[in-house]
Amino acid sequence: MSTINYSDKIPNNVNLSEDRTLQRALEQWQPNYLNWWQDMGPEGSVDYDVYLRTAISVDPQGWAQFGHVKMPDYRWGIFLNPAEAERKIHFGDHLGEAAWQDVPGEHRANLRRIIVTQGDTEPASVEQQRHLGLTCPSQYDLRNLFQVNVEEGRHLWAMVYLLHKYFGRDGREEGEALLERRSGNQDNPRILQAFNEKTPDWLSFFMFTYFTDRDGKFQLCALAESSFDPLARTTKFMLTEEAHHMFVGESGVGRVIQRTVDMMNQLKTDDPAKLRAAGVIDLPTIQRYLNFHFSVTIDLFGADESSNAATFYSTGLKGRFEEGKRQDDHRLKGQTYQVLNVVDGKLVEKEVPMLNALNEVLRDDYIKDSVGGVERWNRIIDKAGIPVKLKVPHKAFHRSIGSLAGAKISPDGQVVSQAEWDAKAKEWLPTPEDRAYVASLMGRVVEPGKFAGWIAPPVMGINRQPVDFEYVRFN
Amino acid sequence: MTTTFKQHLIDPEICIRCNTCESICPVQAITHESRNYVVDAAKCNFCMDCISPCPTGSIDNWRLMPQTQPYTLAEQFGWDDLPAEKTPEQLAAMGVAEGVTVTADDAAPQAQTDAAPDPTGQAPFNPSAYNATLPPWSAAHAYTNLYGPRAAEAFVTATVVGNVRVTEVGTEYDTHHLMLDFGAMPFPVLEGQSIGIIPPGADAQGRPHHPRQYSIASPRNGERPGYNNISLTIKRVLQDHQGNAVRGVASNYLCDLKVGDTVQVTGPFGTSFLMPNHPRSHIVMICTGTGSAPMRAMTEWRRRLRKSGKFEGGKLMLFFGARTKEELPYFGPLQSLPKDFIDINFAFSRTPDQPRKYVQDLLRERAADLAPLLQDGNTHTYVCGLKSMEEGVVLALRDVARGAALNWDEIGARLKREGRLHLETY
Ligand SMILES: Cc1cc2nc3c(=O)[nH]c(=O)nc-3n(C[C@H](O)[C@H](O)[C@H](O)COP(=O)(O)OP(=O)(O)OC[C@H]3O[C@@H](n4cnc5c(N)ncnc54)[C@H](O)[C@@H]3O)c2cc1C
Ligand code: SF4
Ligand code: SF4
Repeated sequence: MSTINYSDKIPNNVNLSEDRTLQRALEQWQPNYLNWWQDMGPEGSVDYDVYLRTAISVDPQGWAQFGHVKMPDYRWGIFLNPAEAERKIHFGDHLGEAAWQDVPGEHRANLRRIIVTQGDTEPASVEQQRHLGLTCPSQYDLRNLFQVNVEEGRHLWAMVYLLHKYFGRDGREEGEALLERRSGNQDNPRILQAFNEKTPDWLSFFMFTYFTDRDGKFQLCALAESSFDPLARTTKFMLTEEAHHMFVGESGVGRVIQRTVDMMNQLKTDDPAKLRAAGVIDLPTIQRYLNFHFSVTIDLFGADESSNAATFYSTGLKGRFEEGKRQDDHRLKGQTYQVLNVVDGKLVEKEVPMLNALNEVLRDDYIKDSVGGVERWNRIIDKAGIPVKLKVPHKAFHRSIGSLAGAKISPDGQVVSQAEWDAKAKEWLPTPEDRAYVASLMGRVVEPGKFAGWIAPPVMGINRQPVDFEYVRFN
Repeated sequence: MTTTFKQHLIDPEICIRCNTCESICPVQAITHESRNYVVDAAKCNFCMDCISPCPTGSIDNWRLMPQTQPYTLAEQFGWDDLPAEKTPEQLAAMGVAEGVTVTADDAAPQAQTDAAPDPTGQAPFNPSAYNATLPPWSAAHAYTNLYGPRAAEAFVTATVVGNVRVTEVGTEYDTHHLMLDFGAMPFPVLEGQSIGIIPPGADAQGRPHHPRQYSIASPRNGERPGYNNISLTIKRVLQDHQGNAVRGVASNYLCDLKVGDTVQVTGPFGTSFLMPNHPRSHIVMICTGTGSAPMRAMTEWRRRLRKSGKFEGGKLMLFFGARTKEELPYFGPLQSLPKDFIDINFAFSRTPDQPRKYVQDLLRERAADLAPLLQDGNTHTYVCGLKSMEEGVVLALRDVARGAALNWDEIGARLKREGRLHLETY
């Protein structure tokens, strides 16, 4: 008989100790997970005590507990938002019926695919960020990186729980495969392309957490509407944690900008060369990084016309962002939506059935949300009295999915020739020189309260701790 | 005269619009437009559930404002940054007597805003910064949210088995001691927790009334030991915080219930305002009015333990404020507790021919006894009552510490960290 206390070993609010089959499956998976973390988790961090926010339950008092924890001892666990009594399906063909507590046979394959795709992004970003700890600009930032990593790890747990609990043997195999794929690996890459890109430096990391983790927010929001109640409840809880990731990105880029504009005013110059000589990242470079991460991320929403998206919606697997707050019929039959196309060298809008355009609908919601934060970055520049604005590029810029794949469009939305693209691309996207310059700034700063020269300190510490708090204890 | 309150606001400059606070707020006080996340002053009950989950700290902002003129939602939606704290002159121009926070209920202490210290050199004193979010280490485990919108059952039905008035008849404010029985339904509680009551009917917009929270006044094994019942202390609300006549929905409903009536209950709530269980723990209780409910619960549990010989020691100290002794709930029973069991201090603000006295005056008077307790790791301090008492009480504790040449910032931070200072005000 096993003497393991499951609520200690695998903290959960899903009554794991009463489900022997699930227990056994997860018990087998867990050592492999820990091996994966040893191999692919943050490099060199095994002995650190990190000031982490840990969820020990899902109520407001329980899910944000702060304290120093060794990351391998983090409470990786399974937390679902509390069930809503008699929850009803609120969109698609099954509108008004009771939400599913189990997987309906006919939707099994699609649901599994959705869960696997979501699950695959979680370890992928940990792998992408594996070496960043070696070049952190401060202890505060190092702690934030680790917080992001442990939560990605826990989100993987959440998806594996669903696979194990509801998808039998297929689910267990998919669970294994999640630990076998590797970001950027030629033979066995991660499922989505953005998760095979490198995150080579901290500016990329901040852009990634701002733009790409925000994609996560929108996908999770859409899944949190799902008729499959366990999926809805899991993703709802994941969302509460995802917020921190976007915070890391938004405040991170903001602090880079703050430092740059301070230096611009100090040196009274906007010359990138002089600013680089002074060790800060010039605004045009930041704009190019922004263009890159934004365009790569909006590709993640998929093709602009998709029959899969229509099926996922009509069958109730995946809703829209804030489905519950929308005022339409939640079936969307016979409605249309505009998507972009290039016709005769011009961008034109084309009307397509709404159901087929749901990827585009989600992408547009995402874009609105992203723009808000860029405006807040602009306020930093504005406050410093500098007449420059960062801009989100046109949504047709640098796309490689759907009808815009390969179209040559400038950041302001003009169709351009191949020649013009080739001539201008270095003004629009980060060049190898940009990347080399940013890489040259990456040194490791870990003394409490000290910050690398290219980034400003944060306005506030984590959990109202002082900025020079000992966020990481190196043992 | 207009009264002031600390309005809960979000700093739009730091907030990243992540929606965490909105999804967590139990009373839907937080909303957003495309630009800002904002707190509705009419709905926020200062439960603090949103504070620690906010990843940026932008949620933890407070501005002293006239109760009648809070920043509206429309104003907040338009902000790029938080407005500065209003000066005493600006507040005076808005009808507030200069520098003074006047509370609606005079039984509550008067907090002198001009006495507020300024720990950062800029920010107003924020007593809630010292409020522990963790329970004492020896607290029993609390069950929460067994019934409610996010639980399997939206509410549990309880039966009224007793309803007695506990303040003297003929005084302005009546306060009732209400006993509820849960029959066979599970409703495990601990001293310091609260429950929700859903008043029947609908509000002016036709929506069902939102539940009102009430502290449990009985100990864990029941108002009547061994029975599945609890008691509450309810003050009938006949005036709003500004002194205008209103009939409080839930409090009047509850005060008028008859034995045999049933009520819809949600909860229990609360995981940190819980009593220590280790035998040598000391408890300092500071309350006004119905803030006495959790103090009664803790005192009674200690009394039962002591009677059964299961308690070794530990001091109980009570500071209790009301306008007059006639308005003080449980005045009689409190008088009959043995002096070596509990050290009781009353403050009356309206006894004829006597100077007004508030609980913080009592705290300062008893500084010599409180200072050693503040330094003792076994001491747990609880504050409950009207919102407006909070600042005065925490400032008095700070003065007690400073008077004994102690570093309040250190002590305050330790009390919070170790789950030893708990504020629950409403
Ligand atoms: C954690 C917690 C514990 C609580 N414990 C208790 C308790 O043990 N006993 C108890 O009686 N109350 C307690 N309350 C307060 C209680 O929840 C209600 O707010 C109170 O009973 C008024 O509700 P109502 O429906 O009668 O008034 P409402 O109809 O909600 O309000 C009517 C008007 O009166 C104002 N108002 C509300 N409360 C007061 C007040 N106390 N004094 C003056 N004006 C007021 C409101 O702002 C409003 O303008 C507690 C509150 C909280 C958050
Ligand atoms: S303090 Fe409580 S009621 Fe007020 S906004 Fe925060 S969560 Fe909502
Ligand atoms: S939780 Fe904090 S950062 Fe997020 S929206 Fe609310 S106030 Fe803003």
